[in-house]
Amino acid sequence: MTINLNINTGSNTPIYKQITDQVRMAVASGRLAVDDQLPSIRALAERLVINPNTVARAYADLAREGLIESRAGRGVFVTRKRKMFTREEGWRRLEPLMDAVIGEAMVLDFTPQELREAIEKKLGQWKPQKGGSRNDE
Amino acid sequence: MNEQPVIQTRSLTKYFGAKPVVHDLNLEVPRGSVFAFLGRNGSGKTTTIRMLLGLLEPTRGEGSILGYDIRALPPEARARIGYLTEEHQLYGWMSVKECGGFQSQFYPRWNEKIFRGVIGHFSLKPTARVKDLSRGERAGLCLGLTLAPEPELLILDDPAMGLDPVARRSLVESMIYLTRRSDRTIFFSSHQLADVERVADYIAVLDHSVLRACCPVEAFRSSVKEVRLRFSGAPPALPKIPGLLQAFRAERELRVTCVHYSRATEQVLQALAPLQMEMAPISLEDAFISYLGERGEKSFILSETEVQP
Repeated sequence: MTINLNINTGSNTPIYKQITDQVRMAVASGRLAVDDQLPSIRALAERLVINPNTVARAYADLAREGLIESRAGRGVFVTRKRKMFTREEGWRRLEPLMDAVIGEAMVLDFTPQELREAIEKKLGQWKPQKGGSRNDE
Repeated sequence: MNEQPVIQTRSLTKYFGAKPVVHDLNLEVPRGSVFAFLGRNGSGKTTTIRMLLGLLEPTRGEGSILGYDIRALPPEARARIGYLTEEHQLYGWMSVKECGGFQSQFYPRWNEKIFRGVIGHFSLKPTARVKDLSRGERAGLCLGLTLAPEPELLILDDPAMGLDPVARRSLVESMIYLTRRSDRTIFFSSHQLADVERVADYIAVLDHSVLRACCPVEAFRSSVKEVRLRFSGAPPALPKIPGLLQAFRAERELRVTCVHYSRATEQVLQALAPLQMEMAPISLEDAFISYLGERGEKSFILSETEVQP
């Protein structure tokens, strides 16, 4: 399977982060599977019309997380998914995001019930892979 | 970086009469970088570029380009520099092909393949007369004439000016193509933050003749932060906030844009006792506009040493 990456300039998210976010999302949702190949740095830079250093930075971040690896002479591939964070660390990362969503919802005068329902609905659209994709080992 | 910068200036200054146009400029452009030179109209960008190329005598200060003193650039140094001016000066009676033939006579290292590649990229007919070309087509032709001698250092003075979106994209593509050779440096001035975000590794920001930033693009963006504070009622009066660039008050919200956000900044904001306080990411363009806004403090220079992790 391949991945169709897009970037926007003028966004609040830097381009390298748009790339890492999209690759992470594709891996998490199963659109990218283990051993799928990603475009080379140069090829992706020319396709997205961005500086190759930006792609290199995104790939370096993803490699550091263990999500992709460069295989000598063959290219860049999705590696085995690993459990990246402890449960505690996961919560630590998730909490500020939840605070932001709840804060925004309150300011916009949504009721807690409306928010709960909206989250339920979103979760219904999200189909995780069978057997829990968080760890293979 | 232990390698010598491709462009380096020390206290470079230019006065036109009593008016400083470029004041005390300290600039370093690393080899192999794509370096964007930003600033509002009249901030001194073109004057700086003209001094770098030895076309304008500095009032004081020093500069070097490819290791040569800018006051005494020998022809062999000039041959290694490609310079694209804002005006796109060309002879109207020549055809596109004749322009190439004419220009090639001045350069022993002329690469006809590159010239044809660039004019093809801008969809120019070799037989078209210069006087019949649109602004975007002239820009494409000039870019071809500038790139064909394979300059080590490319200096583009506002290359995107007056270009339509398609021509601008072709320009950016040409710049990215050039980065295939890692020893090539591009120094360009621009107002197009979207292009800068795509291609630049570094930016320098000139503001009213003074350099106020010279750093990697991401360091610039991450130095400028927007903080949103929420209150149950009307926000309190604004105290003195270190690094304040802009503040907007809404009914129950205060939005503050600061540079070099630090623990001290955070303490001042926390002391306002907001219900909630969150850092919002900011786009490069917004960061740039806040940074050059008229209201903010003016005393900041970003440098590479201040990059935040």
